[in-house]
Amino acid sequence: MSQTSKIVRVTGVVKNFDLGKIVVEVLKGIDLEIETGKYISIMGPSGSGKSTLFNMIGGLDKPTEGKVFIDEVDIAQLDAYELAWLRCRKIGYIFQTFNLIPVMTALENITIPMTFAGVSSDEALKKGMDLLSQVGLAGRHEHRPSELSGGQQQRVAVARALANNPSIILADEPTGNLDLTTGEEIIKLLKELSIERGVTVISATHDYKMLNVSDQVIWIRDGKIEKIQQREELNISTGGLASAH
Amino acid sequence: MRRLVELPLSKSFKMAFQSIRVRFFRSMVTTVSLVLAVSFFTFIQASNDTAEGLLSSNDQTVLLELVKAGYDITPESGSIESSAKQRWILFLSLLVCVVGIINAQLMSVTERFREIGTLKCLGALDRFIVRLFLIEAAMQGITGGLVGAFLGSCVALGSCLATFGGKAFFFIPWGQLLVTIAVATGTGTLLSLLGVLYPAFIAARMQPVEAMRVDQ
Ligand SMILES: Nc1ncnc2c1ncn2[C@@H]1O[C@H](COP(=O)(O)OP(=O)(O)O)[C@@H](O)[C@H]1O
Ligand SMILES: [Mg+2]
Repeated sequence: MSQTSKIVRVTGVVKNFDLGKIVVEVLKGIDLEIETGKYISIMGPSGSGKSTLFNMIGGLDKPTEGKVFIDEVDIAQLDAYELAWLRCRKIGYIFQTFNLIPVMTALENITIPMTFAGVSSDEALKKGMDLLSQVGLAGRHEHRPSELSGGQQQRVAVARALANNPSIILADEPTGNLDLTTGEEIIKLLKELSIERGVTVISATHDYKMLNVSDQVIWIRDGKIEKIQQREELNISTGGLASAH
Repeated sequence: MRRLVELPLSKSFKMAFQSIRVRFFRSMVTTVSLVLAVSFFTFIQASNDTAEGLLSSNDQTVLLELVKAGYDITPESGSIESSAKQRWILFLSLLVCVVGIINAQLMSVTERFREIGTLKCLGALDRFIVRLFLIEAAMQGITGGLVGAFLGSCVALGSCLATFGGKAFFFIPWGQLLVTIAVATGTGTLLSLLGVLYPAFIAARMQPVEAMRVDQ
């Protein structure tokens, strides 16, 4: 039944941080396949290695051992230009700390990736405005990040991540700096966009609100995959949780 | 097919300008040190220019006044020379200025680690980052240089008129003064670029993972 394509493949990834005196083993052999168009959550306690794994998948850091394939391309083989291209066109990043460029307006923040991708200025502005209204911020294009609330900033960041129609959205603790309801709104937005655009969303989190929208949950503990749950299994377990209340 | 990311020059200028405008106070600090050094440089140079102009009057009393005012007049060439001490002080002041700029720019790179990391996550190449910092420094350099040159020459002219009286006005070598202002502005720009080279290199080498850092 599953002839779906794998957008991300991680094989035998080990990551050690050499701190001089000691070597910290953070990832201890991760194997993973992620299907195109799915909404994936990487769950685990703080310090379990979610962000580290996430940085490997996003081509932001190199594994000590093992390989990461994006669209069946081994990203260790890419040179600096190809990596920049990958980050610009293939992947959209969303950060816990929003990371908008503080000196730029919301609209300008959204158009930077398009500028890097060689999209003409007019086209970028038009698309930027469309994206802003898609994330529910029409009319806020002239506002600087400091003039927006946390939730609104994260919405701009979501729009920016979508600017070049990436195949993957990587979100590391996207709700970590948001209150409960705002966090829920961002999760809902990500889920909607994922369905609408068929983009694969991979989000590292310890926010259980994410469980409801995930197609697949990858549980990580101490640098190893503890278990991988599909949506169907989740319903049962969250049902169990609900009944336990 | 080579797939390349790009950043047009016009966009780079816009980003650099925005960065200066929004962080106005911080760029002011960098620029002010430049203004001081350049105005000192211009003051010395322009004072020599005006003295040279007075010297060309061939007026004995003016000559005596010049010597009294402390100018070194070499009899054979009949021109004003900046003294070794003057050059040494000048050199030191420019050096202090560059060190100050390096320091300020390094601080600004440290402050902007998240911004730089984010730009890299969005696809920026090392050279985009270097270019942004260079353009910013050039803008600060030209501004600081111009203001400094203007200030320095005003002070030089003022003190010349104060020392030698109104008659000095007729001997001011305006052409030479303009050259001095141009050279001073150029020097200021150069100093600013020199000061940003190392910080820009550090910024360009910053890893995109930096953007992910969450400090508590
Ligand atoms: N650059 C680094 N140098 C040294 N240790 C690191 C580095 N990055 C992460 N670690 C360590 O790796 C472990 C996992 O970190 P991380 O991947 O950020 O966890 P999570 O995102 O799940 O909270 C932590 O113990 C952390 O201290
Ligand atoms: Mg983390």
